[in-house]
Amino acid sequence: MADATQTNAGASGRAPDDASGQAQDSGATGPVLAADGTPLKASLNRALRAQKLRALALIAPLLIFVLVTFIAPIVDMLFRSVENQIVSETLPRTVAELSDWEATSNTLPDDATFDALYYDLFLASEYKNHTRLGSRLNYEQTGMSSMFRRVGRDVGDFGDLYLDQFEDLDERWDEAEPWAALMAHPGYLEDAAEWRESRDADRIDPRDTPAPRFRLAPGIEDLLPKTAQAYTHYAAFMRTEEEETADEDEPWTLVSTMLYEDLMAASAADIAAYDGPMADALQTAHAAAPDFETMTRKAQFLEADDEWGNLDNWATIKVYSPSYTSGYFLTAVDMKLGADGIVSQPEDQQIYGLLFKRTLFMSMVITISCILLGYPVAWLLANLPMRSANLLMILVLLPFWTSLLVRTSAWKVMLQQQGVINDVLVWLGVVADESRLIMINNQFGTIVAMTHILLPFMILPLYSVMQTIQPSYLRAAKSLGATPFTAFWRVYFPQSVPGIGAGSILVFILAIGYYITPEIVGGTSGTFISNRIAYHISSSLNWGLAAALGTILLGAVLILYWAYDRIVGIDNVKLGG
Amino acid sequence: MAYDQSTDAFVAFERVQKSYDGETLVVKDLNLAMPKGEFLTMLGPSGSGKTTCLMMLAGFETATHGEILLDGKPINNIPPHKRGIGMVFQNYALFPHMTVAENLSFPLEVRKIGKSDREAKIKRALDMVQMGAFGGRRPAQLSGGQQQRIALARALVFEPELVLMDEPLGALDKQLRETLQFEITRLAHELGITVVYVTHDQTEALTMSDRVAVFDDGRIQQLAPPDELYESPQNSFVAQFIGENNTLEGVVKNITDGLAHVQLDSGDIIDCKPVNVSKPGERTKVSIRPERVEYNKDRLSPDAHTLKAEVLEFIYMGDIFRTRLRVAGNDDFVVKTRNAPDQVRLKPGQQIEIGWLPEDCRALDA
Ligand SMILES: Nc1ncnc2c1ncn2[C@@H]1O[C@H](COP(=O)(O)OP(=O)(O)O)[C@@H](O)[C@H]1O
Ligand SMILES: [Mg+2]
Repeated sequence: MADATQTNAGASGRAPDDASGQAQDSGATGPVLAADGTPLKASLNRALRAQKLRALALIAPLLIFVLVTFIAPIVDMLFRSVENQIVSETLPRTVAELSDWEATSNTLPDDATFDALYYDLFLASEYKNHTRLGSRLNYEQTGMSSMFRRVGRDVGDFGDLYLDQFEDLDERWDEAEPWAALMAHPGYLEDAAEWRESRDADRIDPRDTPAPRFRLAPGIEDLLPKTAQAYTHYAAFMRTEEEETADEDEPWTLVSTMLYEDLMAASAADIAAYDGPMADALQTAHAAAPDFETMTRKAQFLEADDEWGNLDNWATIKVYSPSYTSGYFLTAVDMKLGADGIVSQPEDQQIYGLLFKRTLFMSMVITISCILLGYPVAWLLANLPMRSANLLMILVLLPFWTSLLVRTSAWKVMLQQQGVINDVLVWLGVVADESRLIMINNQFGTIVAMTHILLPFMILPLYSVMQTIQPSYLRAAKSLGATPFTAFWRVYFPQSVPGIGAGSILVFILAIGYYITPEIVGGTSGTFISNRIAYHISSSLNWGLAAALGTILLGAVLILYWAYDRIVGIDNVKLGG
Repeated sequence: MAYDQSTDAFVAFERVQKSYDGETLVVKDLNLAMPKGEFLTMLGPSGSGKTTCLMMLAGFETATHGEILLDGKPINNIPPHKRGIGMVFQNYALFPHMTVAENLSFPLEVRKIGKSDREAKIKRALDMVQMGAFGGRRPAQLSGGQQQRIALARALVFEPELVLMDEPLGALDKQLRETLQFEITRLAHELGITVVYVTHDQTEALTMSDRVAVFDDGRIQQLAPPDELYESPQNSFVAQFIGENNTLEGVVKNITDGLAHVQLDSGDIIDCKPVNVSKPGERTKVSIRPERVEYNKDRLSPDAHTLKAEVLEFIYMGDIFRTRLRVAGNDDFVVKTRNAPDQVRLKPGQQIEIGWLPEDCRALDA
């Protein structure tokens, strides 16, 4: 019918009082120029720029506040969901050695890899990093946490084998000062002595003035390269962690182990040519080394924990060795990175998909319940006389003034099997005493409690939209012959849709991330994804997975928002008149 | 026409009362009968109960007492949507989420009228208000005057016999108001519909209506055609409310042969037509229209009573002169004279004598 009226447009033309501005659209084409000849647009922009800058300066404090306290944590969360530097930072040498090992080869990594692992883990256990790494890898492969914990205890003793044999040759191999004399630069030893003296006299605080930086003795690096490296690590550890100098304690067994390896590799001529401190001990050791009792590192690891012989564990270490990983996201969607690509989690470990679906479904049910319950209340609020409307408004707002915990707990009292509602039903004879309804610690309880808690977020926007709908529309509809229902459905309701939209978005987005209420009344079947996120943040400490779940949730909300915009149109959302 | 016979009246209010709060009567004893095809205007100051009367007729308010008849049948118990009364609201009340054509289609759809019929009726209604080109627009895309035209078309599209309009032009500027006043009367006469029109603008009431009901304080003060209302107001409220009016207060001396002598508070005696005074001694307000006052002695009859007056102000208004006088202690006595070649132009401070025909000077209630 619009067509019929439109075709006859030309003839009847504009109504006499058509004041709307169709007037000047047929004027000159081309850009309009300002008085000074510049294009009008450009000079308008210039005029507006100063205004915009001033406005920006006004909101700058808030903007910065929001950026720092809100955007930055979200960015950090997004980052954490892919960040995975802990493996390559804790086991740098192992990761490098593993690069040309394939889990599909069905053989354990070579001895060089175990040597690297020994070195890495020795350092990690001294710095106490190995348990963190263990927990990280345990998310991907259960059992790895204890594997690291156990070997962390033992790895310090692996080198005793060599240390004991060196000691048997010369007591000095188990003493701090001879080692320092061999490894350290004389200048360092002087500086160290001076620093110790000041420290012992309480002239300096070792926290403010750390021990002097370690320097190797000249030439020792060429003669005993691995020993020099290990001793340097030891010295750095002493300086930063123990706040002592290197010559205050005998070095790690790692250093003895490296010494054995260096001696095995060094030529007799080089050793003979050395004439610094401990030259005699070195020569004796060099001569004796080939006859030392030895053990491969692989054997030592397997002796500490035979899990080190498990190919799956090695595959996990390799898969998670890059600095960034999709592993958390895959876990969040019930998949995992296996040695040969992405695979589904075993059936019994698929929980996140279910939780996401349940969260979305229950949020939708809660939103719909809120619409059904909130709409009549909002209508009353908007149509009652002022006094009663104010009273009703207080009742609507009352929940806001009560602690969330109290409200939720009240539902527990109401809904539990020995609770008020069941008691009443039994008393009325509606249900038998032995078949009391189960209304809490399941989805029903969560839906009831959350609908109640989120109801005001539906009522308030609905109310403010309904307030702007004049009663004369309904009267007009009725005077035109519409029954009260038709008048409502075709005239009132469409105008209140923006309120429903705004309320639904609010309620849905709040519901999807709700945590406390499902935690208290949800039992096992009524919990949300957010409860799982909270668990990973506070109990399992798997922040990466929590971040990935949170990111997916954020993505889901954004997609829904986008879909809503496409279907209903976001300009149709009104929070107020 | 025999207006007051409620037997053949199309719309009738019989002893209708209305109270919202149970304490005060907003409408007190309303009696009104309208024949079919009449254009009746309810005129009165704001708060006098006009809208309430209209709402009772439309069915949105119920009368506390009395009966409202439509075409001889009581309608007190008929819900609004079954009364078939067209209605135009002051704020237009066009449905904002529908286009103009959908707005017009609405009353036809709820009456289950077929699509092709509907389209024809909508087109006719839009053409009638000269808005044929605007069917596809939304109300928000129209100017106020255009919206009012659409509201009018919507109230007429389902061909009601009775149309109610509550200050439909109240929000429009003067020029637009005049155009639309003319169009509404033209349409009402062309279509032969009965119209109850509410306004607080007396010019509107006088120019548009067959009869005007002047409301005040919940009562009809006078119900009469415009000329009668202006020339023969029945009480001082109507005299004051309609047009410009000069009032002098005094006491009735005597009444003889349809002529009353009134002694003004200043002591002067004047001749008046007794309208609602009946016996000597009664206080009265005497009402004289500014254009019926004469100060050119030649034109007054020799035996007419005259009063002394002092010119306070003389305003040249083009077609007329407006002179403000002090008469019998009243500083706001206004005289309007036509701008004719022989007309005297008075000067402030001048002392003159004024007079009038006894029938133009009406002694009303105090
Ligand atoms: N819905 C209502 N509830 C209570 N009082 C009302 C209502 N509508 C109008 N009134 C009162 O009734 C009186 C008459 O109002 P109304 O009929 O709107 O006058 P008018 O239309 O002549 O300006 C006013 O005093 C007004 O305050
Ligand atoms: Mg009114």
